[in-house]
Amino acid sequence: MNEVIPKIPVGRTIERGIDYLTLEFSFITRAISNFLETGIDALVAGLMFFPPWVLIPVFAGLSLWVAGRRAGVLTLLGFALIWNLGLWGPTMSTLALVVIATLIAVLVGVPLGVLAALFPRMKRATMPVLDFMQTMPAFVYLIPAIPFFGLGPVSAIFSTVIFAMPPAIRLTCLGIQQIPRELVEAADSFGANRRQKLFKLQVPLAMPTIMAGINQTIMLSLSMVVIAAMIGARGLGAEVWRAIQRFEPGNGFEAGLGVVILAMALDRVTQKIGARDKDSI
Amino acid sequence: METNQGKSSAKIQVENVYKIFGQNARRGVEMLQNGKSKDAILEEARLAVGVNNATFEVMEGELLVIMGLSGSGKSTLLRCINRLIEPTAGRILVDGVDVTALSDEALRQLRMKKFGMVFQRFALLPHRTILQNAEFGLEIQKKPAVERSEKARTALKLVGLEGWEGSYPEQLSGGMQQRVGLARALAVDPDILFMDEAFSALDPLIRREMQDELLSLQSRVNKTILFITHDLDEALKIGDRIIIMKDGAIVQIGTPEEILTSPATRYVEKFVEDVNLAKVLTAGTVMHKASTVTYPKDGPKTALHKMKEVGISGILVVDRDRNLLGRVSAEDALRLSKTGEQSLESIITKDISTVPPETPINEIFAEQVFPVAVTDADNRLMGIIIRGALLAALAEGGISS
Repeated sequence: MNEVIPKIPVGRTIERGIDYLTLEFSFITRAISNFLETGIDALVAGLMFFPPWVLIPVFAGLSLWVAGRRAGVLTLLGFALIWNLGLWGPTMSTLALVVIATLIAVLVGVPLGVLAALFPRMKRATMPVLDFMQTMPAFVYLIPAIPFFGLGPVSAIFSTVIFAMPPAIRLTCLGIQQIPRELVEAADSFGANRRQKLFKLQVPLAMPTIMAGINQTIMLSLSMVVIAAMIGARGLGAEVWRAIQRFEPGNGFEAGLGVVILAMALDRVTQKIGARDKDSI
Repeated sequence: METNQGKSSAKIQVENVYKIFGQNARRGVEMLQNGKSKDAILEEARLAVGVNNATFEVMEGELLVIMGLSGSGKSTLLRCINRLIEPTAGRILVDGVDVTALSDEALRQLRMKKFGMVFQRFALLPHRTILQNAEFGLEIQKKPAVERSEKARTALKLVGLEGWEGSYPEQLSGGMQQRVGLARALAVDPDILFMDEAFSALDPLIRREMQDELLSLQSRVNKTILFITHDLDEALKIGDRIIIMKDGAIVQIGTPEEILTSPATRYVEKFVEDVNLAKVLTAGTVMHKASTVTYPKDGPKTALHKMKEVGISGILVVDRDRNLLGRVSAEDALRLSKTGEQSLESIITKDISTVPPETPINEIFAEQVFPVAVTDADNRLMGIIIRGALLAALAEGGISS
């Protein structure tokens, strides 16, 4: 078969495209890289500035306030364990990466979701891309990140954002489209313009669903940030990666446990934010 | 701007409006005009007929009810008027302005200034308080906060929801939620109120109460109201006039009595059959023309002759202007004729019930003496009701002779 029909140069085309982008737009990628690196460093420095015995009660108190007593206790014990295992530094690095990646994914993803909900053509264009983004193996995103941003945390953020953004877009779009037709008609019948409709009706009513999307984005960010250790992201992922390379199952498990604790704490808190919105409705 | 004769003028004029759903909808209009049926068009062209050639007027201050079963196109027709649904063909004039020709911005302004709408499922904003919901329309108009709150409070008071301003919709019963919906629409002080099955989601007792309140409200605020319902009893109760729709087309337009007493088609007739006629028929519809009357100057012999001719035992006496004077019985007339007296004056009795023509017939049943005379405000005789005719009218579906 290969002798009759030549291989279609999918891979080569992609490589040429990436080469082109790297060459011609390096000033942009470099600017983004510098900006993000500063941001990450600042956040990590900020988190590391306070000793764990200050931050742990703060985190625990926060989750107690948002998500209730059980979540508060879980956070307190979980983070204390992380400190005890000597993983405090890597955990804060991972947290910083997740926070920044989520922030970017939400800032880009939610508006995209709104646009997709309001304009059918936009939705038709977006949805296949999202399918592609979600089914493409996550590791593949790591490769183009390197020529763009070099090895390090910025590349990790780049691939994490791509991997974690789809739920934010999808659920924002869904949340807005699920609003009962009569409510939209009510706004129209009083002569609301597009902006009024969006901010007085659609976004507030879609908020619980949007929050569910953001929760998903955070969870995906966390899992990708660990994978991104392969291209130089610091943090818990790097600990896992090192344990694999040196075959240290104990250390690997400890770092993995850190990821789980961080995931559970983040999940409880963000889920409750979404549910709280639903309660007040 | 066209104006009709008489005191009221047309507020809304709907002229040959069509709404076809589907691709290339214009083709559907042509097919309808060529006499194709709704089903044939769905099959041949894959087009769904929403509204088929609707033409009617709504008068200033009128409460017009559009009635039809689900799928009859009544909600679609209503939404064509404020263009929540874009009509496929036809013209709609509101105060003489062609709504179908308006730009998006002009349409928005029109909706803001003239229209208020109340929805079947209330369509309140769940994240806002009752007061904030009532303020919604004014907020869209970008009115200052003080004015907003003042007008919204007035509207809430009008619908009897004082004291609930700080609550949320989910804390209120269905009936109360719909009052909020009504207050929200009234707060912007619209000329025209669209009510889309506004009371259909309420339980029967609350619904009746809301109907009464709408009527009393209407007498105070005097809006032009277009009310959609699938419930004929409701239509008959509140409508000044009723439009009956079927398969997207208007089948009949008329007052409740016209609908009841002369249904235009078999379809309307079948609808009307179920209605409790005793509640909706009035003395005016079931009365017979009082062809047999006598005058005081007629002697007892003439009176007796007239009675004998039609086989009755008493006769109504009127003056030359048909003012009702009373009744003369055959017995008394016979006695009088033997005395040779020439005038009936001495034997005219007042033992006759008179009712105004708008009396519902279930009230007439309570009368002891028949026939009952129907008189207008000046005591002029309009007709009589005999007991047999009353029952016949009910049996026949109110078709009077």
